[in-house]
Amino acid sequence: MAVNTDYLLHLADNALILGQRNAEWCGHAPILEEDLAISNISLDLIGQARMLYQHVAVLRKDGRSSEDLLAYFRDVPDFRNYTLLELPHSTALAPTASGDRDYAVTVARNYLYSALMVLIWEALQNCKDAQLAAIAAKSLKEAHYHLRYSRDWVVRFGDGTEESHQRIAAAMAFLMPYTQEFWDHSSMEKNAAAEGVGVEPASLRANWEAEVAATLMLATLPAVSTQGFVPQGKHGVHSEHLGYVLAEMQSLARAHPEAVW
Amino acid sequence: MTTPALKEWPLWEVFIRSKQGLEHKHCGSLHASDAQHALQLARDVYTRRQEGVSIWVLPSASITASAPEDKDAFFEPAADKIYRHPTFYEIPDAVGHM
Repeated sequence: MAVNTDYLLHLADNALILGQRNAEWCGHAPILEEDLAISNISLDLIGQARMLYQHVAVLRKDGRSSEDLLAYFRDVPDFRNYTLLELPHSTALAPTASGDRDYAVTVARNYLYSALMVLIWEALQNCKDAQLAAIAAKSLKEAHYHLRYSRDWVVRFGDGTEESHQRIAAAMAFLMPYTQEFWDHSSMEKNAAAEGVGVEPASLRANWEAEVAATLMLATLPAVSTQGFVPQGKHGVHSEHLGYVLAEMQSLARAHPEAVW
Repeated sequence: MTTPALKEWPLWEVFIRSKQGLEHKHCGSLHASDAQHALQLARDVYTRRQEGVSIWVLPSASITASAPEDKDAFFEPAADKIYRHPTFYEIPDAVGHM
C-alpha cells in the first residue's frame, strides 16, 4: 500500500509547532497551575508529533529519515503545518514577540486547532493505515481534553471581565482568518483521503463551524469574519515567524548532531 | 461585562481516588477561578502520573475545621477509653484474615 508521508508530516508538523509554541509558556504562565496545564498540552502534542515522525521514518526506509532528522534538520519550506500554529502569542505582528505574550491568543489558537483535530482524529482512527489509526485513537483522547480546556477558557474570558472579553475577542478576530487554510484544497490531503489514509477537510467544515459558533455564542463573542488572504502553510509557504520558531527549537540539535541524553 | 476581575483565585481542596482505592483521598489544594477550572487543573497538577481515576474538588472555604487549640478538649477524652478498641475479642481461625 502506498502511504502518503507528506500528509503524515503535515499532521506531525502541526503537532510539533503548536507544541513548541505552547511550551514557550513553560515557567512563564500566568499562574503555576496553568503552567502545568499548558505544558501538559505541549507534551501531548510533541508526543503525537514523535509517533507520526517515527511512523514516517519507518515507511520511508531511506536511511535519511528519523524522528530527530525530521524535526530538527528540515527547514521552513519543508514544514507542512498550518500558518495559524506558528504565529506568536500576540495580536500584534512583531517578529519574535517573545516578551509580550497574550494568554487569550494561546487559548484561542488551541481552541480553533483542537476543535478541528477532534474531527480529524475521529475520522483517522478508522483509516486503512493501522499505525496511523492507532495514533489517531490515542490522540483523539488528548484532543478531546485540549478542546475542553481551551473551550472553557474561551468562554471564561469572553463572558468574564471587560478586559478579558476584549482580549479574547481581539484574539479571535486576529486568528480566525487563518483557519481558512483548514479548508483550502491540497493534493496532499486529497490523495491521502483517496487512498483511505486521510480525510478531506471540506467534509469536516460544517461540524467545525457549528462547534465554533456555539462556543462564541456561549462566550458572548461576536461571529468573526474569515475573509481575506488564505495562508499557505500546509503547502510549505510560511509566515516570517516559523523561522524564529525553528531557530530556537532546532539550534541545540544542530549544534550537537546525534547528541544523546 | 461588569464582572470584577478576581485578584486572587479561590483555593480548592482536591480529592483523588486511585485505581485500587475505594475512597477519595485528600491530596492537596490549588487555586482556580471556578469549579470546572479547579477540576481540570487538579487533573493537570495531581494526576500526571496516573494517580487517579476520579477527582473531587471543593472550595476550601466550605470546610469547617477543628482548631489546633481545641485538641485537648476534642481528642484527649478518648485516650483512656481503650475498651472502645475491639482488641478484647478472640477471632476464630475459620474467619481467616480480617
